[in-house]
Amino acid sequence: MELFKIYNKRMVVLFFCGVILAMLILAGRLVYLMIFQSTYYGTKAIEVQERERSIKAARGLILDRNGEILGANRTVCTISVVYNQVTDPERVIEVLSKELSMSEEDVRKKVTKVSSREKIKSNVDKEIGDIIREYDLPGVKVDEDYKRYYPYGSLASKVLGFTGADNQGIIGLEVSYEEYLTGTPGKILTVTDARGVELEKAVENRVEPIDGLNLVTTLDVNIQQYAMQAAKKVLAAKQANYVSIIVMNPQNGEIYAMVNVPEFDLNDPYTLVDVNGNEIQVEEGQNKQDLLNKMWRNNCINDTYEPGSTFKIVTATAALEEGIVTMDTMFSCPGYYIVDDRRIRCHKTVGHGSEDFLHATMQSCNPVFVKLGLSLGKETYYDYLKKLGLLDKTGVDLPGEARTIIHDIDNVGNVELATMSFGQSFQITPLELLQTASAIVNGGNIVTPHFGMEIQDSGGNVIETLEYEVQEGAVSAETSETMKYMMGMVVSEGGGSKGGVEGFEVGGKTATSEKLPRGNGKYIASFIGFAPVDDPQVIAICIVDEPSGIYYGGTVAAPVIGELYKNILPYLGIKTID
Amino acid sequence: MSENKRKRNKASRMGVDYSLLVVVGFLLGFGLVMLYSSSYYSASIKFDGDSAWYLKKQIISTAIGIVAMLFFMAVDYKCWRKYTWAIFIAATLSIFLVLTPLGIEANGARRWFSLGITSVQPAEIVKIAVILLLAAILSANIKKVNGLLPMLFVFAIALVPAGLVFFVTDNFSSAIIIAAIGVIMLIVACRNNKGFIALMIILLALAVIALVFFGGFRATRIMVWLNPEQYSNEGGFQVLQGLYAIGSGGLFGKGLGQSVQKLGFVPEAQNDMIFSIICEELGLFGGIAVLLLFAFLIWRFMVVATNADDLFGSLIVVGVMAHIAVQVILNVAVVTNTMPNTGVTLPFISYGGSSVLFLLSEIGLVLSVARHTRRGREV
Repeated sequence: MELFKIYNKRMVVLFFCGVILAMLILAGRLVYLMIFQSTYYGTKAIEVQERERSIKAARGLILDRNGEILGANRTVCTISVVYNQVTDPERVIEVLSKELSMSEEDVRKKVTKVSSREKIKSNVDKEIGDIIREYDLPGVKVDEDYKRYYPYGSLASKVLGFTGADNQGIIGLEVSYEEYLTGTPGKILTVTDARGVELEKAVENRVEPIDGLNLVTTLDVNIQQYAMQAAKKVLAAKQANYVSIIVMNPQNGEIYAMVNVPEFDLNDPYTLVDVNGNEIQVEEGQNKQDLLNKMWRNNCINDTYEPGSTFKIVTATAALEEGIVTMDTMFSCPGYYIVDDRRIRCHKTVGHGSEDFLHATMQSCNPVFVKLGLSLGKETYYDYLKKLGLLDKTGVDLPGEARTIIHDIDNVGNVELATMSFGQSFQITPLELLQTASAIVNGGNIVTPHFGMEIQDSGGNVIETLEYEVQEGAVSAETSETMKYMMGMVVSEGGGSKGGVEGFEVGGKTATSEKLPRGNGKYIASFIGFAPVDDPQVIAICIVDEPSGIYYGGTVAAPVIGELYKNILPYLGIKTID
Repeated sequence: MSENKRKRNKASRMGVDYSLLVVVGFLLGFGLVMLYSSSYYSASIKFDGDSAWYLKKQIISTAIGIVAMLFFMAVDYKCWRKYTWAIFIAATLSIFLVLTPLGIEANGARRWFSLGITSVQPAEIVKIAVILLLAAILSANIKKVNGLLPMLFVFAIALVPAGLVFFVTDNFSSAIIIAAIGVIMLIVACRNNKGFIALMIILLALAVIALVFFGGFRATRIMVWLNPEQYSNEGGFQVLQGLYAIGSGGLFGKGLGQSVQKLGFVPEAQNDMIFSIICEELGLFGGIAVLLLFAFLIWRFMVVATNADDLFGSLIVVGVMAHIAVQVILNVAVVTNTMPNTGVTLPFISYGGSSVLFLLSEIGLVLSVARHTRRGREV
């Protein structure tokens, strides 16, 4: 008996040790779960426990240079349903489908869906949201929200851009300045039980939203409106494809206005409209998104064109800088110029005869510029293109700027160089040309065209002043003076006379470019004009795409700038001729 | 051991094992607190605002259990020896009561029968009956039950009610616990047990293999165990929510009553998964403390078992020790997803009237063994 007892004792102790060992393993497992895996499971637990409701931050305003509001916020409501809290689904379906003008079927699908929170409709007008809130239906949540609102509708639509469903920028400045405008959304975190019922005693974790910052732009609503009116007028009169106008300060690159008519309604950007602003239907075989993208295009920076004769100012500048020509250098124009085996014609087929360089420029004589281009040679010519910023993007603060399309220098023969000299066989954006023209007339500084001027907080305090690069010395002061004088002569006595305004000194250059393929009768009429001639404070370009009837830049585009300047030069306080 | 000797030593018996009593009392009190904490929210929803519904029922069972414990402690355990077969047969037959109109069905299984004020789970009676009968058989025939075949023969006795618990009440985990109690008592009691141990290991291995390949829904549990997040619809949900509770507890927990996972996330948080709520509210500290309490309890069992006057008393304590140790280990292992899910309650803490009633009766038996142990032999 005693023997068995002793043996039994040993086994009991052994069993005890086994139990303790097992418990130690479990304790180890607990340590692993509760210390090393604590973050993982703890986070997961919070995910199942907490309902997060986000509080949208108000998006920053977009202002013009005088504080006029271009992009604002409007309070709208988001209607959603918490399945677990709905007591009378039929009534909820009835009320929501009636007030929200939605089909009963759609509403029913969402109301009866087993989910923690189902969104029925967003961007509901505040008035309707208030009406729904009045019903006081259990489980129906009306959350206030912000929606972007553009007080001027279609004004500068392709510049400002608009926002999407989540209030994020889709195109334009709304995209470029997203980080400033967007703000930080706040959060309401509530702990719920497994049925999704919010716990009363649980501490509500609230993170306040931080409103977005305001963007002060260089735009001027008045100038933009004048420019839009002028553009609309010529668009209608010439039944053009589109008309673009950019108005800029040539000294610092501040863009006062950028118009691309037809514009579209920023408050309704997903409706396709024609030239007259009437809604159009998507035809078969067309993709609506493609059409929308086309409608939203900012032709001033997203599209390139052959600049034509306005580009002669670049050739002239290069030639003057290189000293191969002065204003008085005499030329003779027989009406054509033979380059290798090609005969390049002057627009005046009988020729300008004997003329000095000033008059060749005023009359936009092609053979003279071809000769200059060939004398410069392609290396020098490309050096000047580079120096004048034409081979780089302008750096404008809008998305999607197009790059210059130009021959690789190795593929440039005499014919190519000759055509480039008067603005053909390559493509640039209108803004690119305006930047270069600004450098030519402002004493040689390549400015960065831009819209963003300042970032302000909601109280109007300046948070950041936006700075832009300026490259000095692209053109000598002397050449700049000569160019201003010659361009002044183009308007006062030459082909750009219609771009002038009585009482003001305006300089400029016209262009008439035939669109590719040649001979199809489609043209782009354009004009660049600046004022005053001796100290340019404003420069503008007007592009009329495919005007019908008369298509010359001097007759179609120059008067647009002339009319615009008539309005805005006094407004800008440009000095008059004594 | 002569009558004379026993009388001489009567004055020097150990008396009541207070440390064992204190730790059981502490576990009971702590258990009630945690039971209320983990159940009040679901109780107030389920029973129309009566947040103390589970607590009240458990307090009644605990009170009856304490009376039973005191009774078994007062009565000399040796007197049960004569009735072990009768108790065993009665307990085994009581399993069939669940099939009579007295039977209660809950959560899709008939595991209880009603006894007026409280419901009784026959599996719990069987556990205590098996402990008593095996202790009696083994202590009386210790020389004969030696080697594989005699041990298997005795083991078969325990397997009868275990099988019935499994097939009649569809209670797999209780059947396993009953079998485990039998195996442990046999191994501890019998000297030449190597063959038996080897066979048990082989059987266990075969059972696992069979489960994996032909186990049906129990094989699914293995998949759930290995990857609860992927199989959350097949039962991983409960395990996962338990893990979320444990993991969100951290070092010192969220504080008593602050568990969020008990708010319906962990299903029936007051039952098998109560340990996860303890961990969430009291942290790693609380979880380890509970394990330490059980370790202390089991150490007391070991002390009583090794000092018992006779092999019968010693084996009763070993049986109780096996019962509680196996349940604690299995429960904590399931809750921490250390092994596949099976429904085992945490002794003294989980909700369950029969469980606490018969556990306290077993404690009463152990206390009786301790009380009737002669002093001077304590380690």
